[in-house]
Amino acid sequence: MGTLIEEIFSRKAGRAVQAGEILLLDVDYIMSHDNTTPLAIKAFREIGKPIFDKNRIVLHLDHAYPAPNVLAAENHKRIIEFVKEQELPYFFHQGVCHQVMIEEGFITPGAVVIGADSHSNTYGALGAFGAGLGSTEIAVAWVTGKCWFKVPETIRIELTGRTQPGVYAKDVMIYIAGQLGMDGATYRSVEFGGDYIASLPMNERIVFPNMSTEIGAKCGLIAADDVTIRYLESSTPARGPFEMFGPVNPRYERVVEIDVSTIPPQVACHPDVDNVKPLEQVAGLEVHEVYIGTCTNARYEDIELVAGMLKGKKVNPFTRVIVTPASERIYRRALQNGLIEILLDAGCTVTGTGCGACIGRHGGILAAGERALTTMNRNFIGRMGSPLSEVYLASPATAAATALTGKISDPREILENQ
Amino acid sequence: MSKVWKFGENLNTDEIIPGRFNITIDPLELAKNVFCEIKPEYAKSVQPSDVIVGGQNFGCGSSREHAPIAIKGSQAMCIIAPSYARIFFRNAINIGLPILECPEAAADINEGDDVDVNLATGEIVNHSNGHRYQAQPLPDFVLKIAEAGGIVNFLREHDIQELLA
Repeated sequence: MGTLIEEIFSRKAGRAVQAGEILLLDVDYIMSHDNTTPLAIKAFREIGKPIFDKNRIVLHLDHAYPAPNVLAAENHKRIIEFVKEQELPYFFHQGVCHQVMIEEGFITPGAVVIGADSHSNTYGALGAFGAGLGSTEIAVAWVTGKCWFKVPETIRIELTGRTQPGVYAKDVMIYIAGQLGMDGATYRSVEFGGDYIASLPMNERIVFPNMSTEIGAKCGLIAADDVTIRYLESSTPARGPFEMFGPVNPRYERVVEIDVSTIPPQVACHPDVDNVKPLEQVAGLEVHEVYIGTCTNARYEDIELVAGMLKGKKVNPFTRVIVTPASERIYRRALQNGLIEILLDAGCTVTGTGCGACIGRHGGILAAGERALTTMNRNFIGRMGSPLSEVYLASPATAAATALTGKISDPREILENQ
Repeated sequence: MSKVWKFGENLNTDEIIPGRFNITIDPLELAKNVFCEIKPEYAKSVQPSDVIVGGQNFGCGSSREHAPIAIKGSQAMCIIAPSYARIFFRNAINIGLPILECPEAAADINEGDDVDVNLATGEIVNHSNGHRYQAQPLPDFVLKIAEAGGIVNFLREHDIQELLA
């Protein structure tokens, strides 16, 4: 009985729990990456106890991989030595950690997964609890297999209707961020539901929990359904039986109802994710870089959409257009299906997988006075490089339209003529 | 009696300690530069037992632990704010920095006020204007972590199950 987070935590605790309670729960997987693992290793040494279960630890190199500088290289070296020393079975450097966690089957409905990365909320797209934590807590979970949680109150976001052509999950989520604000869901579980969510394939669903972080949420959840199960069985090594459950007689702190059919393409403008405007209000603004990548929007379907819009055309010669597939699996499929060639022919730069330009350390850093339009989830000041640069967030379709003109552009005109 | 240092809303982790100082995780080293861009006098004259009062969404931004570590290193007794950014809240608890949620106190207390804070009961007395406020008392497990000086120290001596026992 309860909201989706109460249902997930109750199953894990073996008893009915309610918002406000503090629990110590077994965690299924503990994720960290090259940016956060070194501090966790330090805390692990200080605790001085052995690893509880190495089969629950998953490490990734993705934030600055391949290493762009000596400091990053030293972090990678330290992590690889730790993996060897502790004989950890799950170690990856094949894409953005969250995408790889899903692709490799670690994320299943009802699972409790913690990550030393603020976008660990992403796992909620498959009906799992995912939340970001600091490195110290990762070390605590390594040695105990457990983590403390306060069961959060829930904000339900009920999304109904169908989007207009040219409008995607990203536009809807940016609109939600504009409505709720960057601290609109602090500590809360945000449950995304309604017939619009039910109609979406997995790649579009992932956008919502992923960006629930930007409105302060502890987790963002979508109840597992047939779409989830089909995705798990067809696209990951995870095998059931999977539990399918949703909220049962839930008591929500707040319900927000949104009819998505009225939402035009959206842009989150510099310098905050809740500085949201309809695209038409910022159309024509010059951009120096278009970045299509990250755990938000660099899945196969995103790249397929962009390639479809750029096929046979050329991007603006003075705009750097960078495409970073979220994982090697995505990259390989795009390569096999000719998408990478289309992007290269159009004048895009296609990089290796990983977090790429999103964290401003490599793969497309911005100079002072430059502006980027990207498919990322976050546009903090200086996020992609110079503190005097600007980041605008939008859908992959808007990114593709903008790549062609070098100015923020409406994707609908291109899509209509396609 | 504790002296109050007052800060505004949405104080982010870069304002607490700018990223360029995050090359160390030594609390005392970090404390030398805590709030250096927004309140440089803090690091010079903060006294043990002083109290930080902030606005809503205190500690937003990065998930890195340097920000609460820098405040703890400055030996401030606790933070009082209407609300905290989620990961800052957890990080503060886990490194043993007491944080109280109390919108009334955060709104009413001014820079330089003299206050008394009872961490176990959540009672706050403002001697400068005679007002009293009741914060949500800290849960027992948070006090246990704070007493041990952080969850790493707690785990050296205890089993994790003792946290909620």
